[in-house]
Amino acid sequence: MGKDIREDIAWAQINKDVLKSLESPRRMYWIILFIAIAMIGVAVGSEIYQYQTGMGVSNKNNSHVWGLYIATFIFWIGMSHSGTLLSAILHLMHADWRKPIYRFAEAMTTFSLMTAGLFVLVHLGRLWMVYYVMPYPNERWVWPNFQSPLVWDMFAIATYLSSSVLFLYVGMIPDLAICRDNIRAGWRKKLYTVMSLGWEGTDRQWRNFRITYLTIACFLIPLAVSVHSIVASDFAMSNMPGWHVTSFPPYFVAGALYSGCAAIITLFIILRYVFKFEEYMTLPIMKKLVRLTFAIAMVWTYLNLIEFASVWYGHDQTAKDQLIFKATGPYAPFFWAMIFFGSILPLMLAFKRFQTHLPILFVVSILLNVGMWLERWMIIAPSFAHGHYPWTWDHDQWPSLVQWGIVFGSFGWFTLLFMVFCKVFPSVSMYEVKEMVYHRSLALKHKPAVKGEY
Amino acid sequence: MSQRHLLALFNDFDEAVAAITELRAANIKGFNMDDLILKSPIEHPEVEKVLGDKPVHVQWFTLIGACTGGLLAFFLVASAQANFFSQIKGGKPIVPLPPDFVLTYEMFILGGVFITILGFLICAGLPAKRSSLYSIKVSEDQIGILVKGDESAVAIFKTIFTKHKALEIQEEAGK
Repeated sequence: MGKDIREDIAWAQINKDVLKSLESPRRMYWIILFIAIAMIGVAVGSEIYQYQTGMGVSNKNNSHVWGLYIATFIFWIGMSHSGTLLSAILHLMHADWRKPIYRFAEAMTTFSLMTAGLFVLVHLGRLWMVYYVMPYPNERWVWPNFQSPLVWDMFAIATYLSSSVLFLYVGMIPDLAICRDNIRAGWRKKLYTVMSLGWEGTDRQWRNFRITYLTIACFLIPLAVSVHSIVASDFAMSNMPGWHVTSFPPYFVAGALYSGCAAIITLFIILRYVFKFEEYMTLPIMKKLVRLTFAIAMVWTYLNLIEFASVWYGHDQTAKDQLIFKATGPYAPFFWAMIFFGSILPLMLAFKRFQTHLPILFVVSILLNVGMWLERWMIIAPSFAHGHYPWTWDHDQWPSLVQWGIVFGSFGWFTLLFMVFCKVFPSVSMYEVKEMVYHRSLALKHKPAVKGEY
Repeated sequence: MSQRHLLALFNDFDEAVAAITELRAANIKGFNMDDLILKSPIEHPEVEKVLGDKPVHVQWFTLIGACTGGLLAFFLVASAQANFFSQIKGGKPIVPLPPDFVLTYEMFILGGVFITILGFLICAGLPAKRSSLYSIKVSEDQIGILVKGDESAVAIFKTIFTKHKALEIQEEAGK
């Protein structure tokens, strides 16, 4: 396997290359931005129509109370785990190949959570009532039900979002100082000056920075696991057939890491092309990322089988009927598509020739995420369609164009946020790439980090 | 005696470290090693060791923040639940510990993260005004050594820095 990065890249060149990505966008950037805004337009139009007309237009009914909105909410929450994986977990394991690619994965975490949060509002219908879930002193002395996983969700997601934003920001401070030092004037100069907090790279600053970053990384890992476990509890703690499964929390976490990794592959390829980051987002790094995705795909497959087996060999006949319904009923094509995209397709990633074939990886990574989105839909819809009581069964429900429009637009919203971020902030961590280059060049020369004994 | 500041820029860590070691060994009158600041474009714990043991206190903020966050969350939730005249429990525990633990845990982390950041800002002295002896080369590829000493020490500083191939030496009268 080739080198993750060239050891002879000059540090000044790293600054130059990354800062160049902040300059006037290429045409492709504008095309992506335009498509994203058009997609948001579809979602906004659908939401306005739903808001004014009522939730009926989404085709939700008494059986199907959640639909695509909550399936997509889980999908976006899952997507957010990628940043934590690449930043926090790999940081603790000293896997330095993460350095050129973790910044955009962290940004992905933040924007995925912001997108997920919108679905909580959208699915309410009466979105002006959202404050009911917040604990605040009120004249009626009514509090939210703190025993409900839905309230836990609010706490967990708010904690995860604010912690992720802070983690992203703190990790960016040294790079913001580089931007401040290199941008001549204008609003960017002001922005970077304020955001870099007067960073000068002193030993005192680096010493405290190192501990702070490590500490937040340590907090973020269990936080990420708890967030998706709590989202899993929204289902597992209910009595619905297909949901009341003990293995749901680890299954959700594995699915989250899986879809996050697949999304990183997609964005890796896009950024490499749009910002010409070939020197930093290299093929050997892609290879490692692909292998990681493959490993997580196999964990997800195993947990899927565990879930099916525990239902099949359990004593809950309704849950077993539900599983058979999923595999043979009207949702069967989607269920088997989920199995194909989630468990069979990733086997391709085990072949060396595909591990660095970017066009194929681009398509496969998108299909993996299609599979992961179907997984979330297959958790929700079949259980509502074929619940405990036959008189609640509704096998024919299909989400309306309004639901599809809002789901479609959420991808535009995420893309817009992400692309604007990449234009305003450095999407490759300059100081960490320098560290990577520095340490690898020392290793190449078999030289210690500091000469002599001190 | 009035004090002066000097910033020397070096091309690599080896030369900077050698200069610091010599400054320490020279035992210069009117110069305290604690007044030496190393500026670097990358995080380099090995080089920081040359400056001697300098403790970091951010972890204390973390501990206090996490414990306070967790306790506040538990007492907020428990006191809301204990308002049982408004929330009829039907024989169930008024303050159920297992579900409350979830929110306690989330706020434990939130408190920990927030106060860690606060601790970082305090301990790292941020936000700060950039010192006038600052070179943008430090954020690019050069290593800076900022020293403060009596006027009598300036000549020795310059000799040591020049000996170790300083690329540039900036000087400023101290306040």
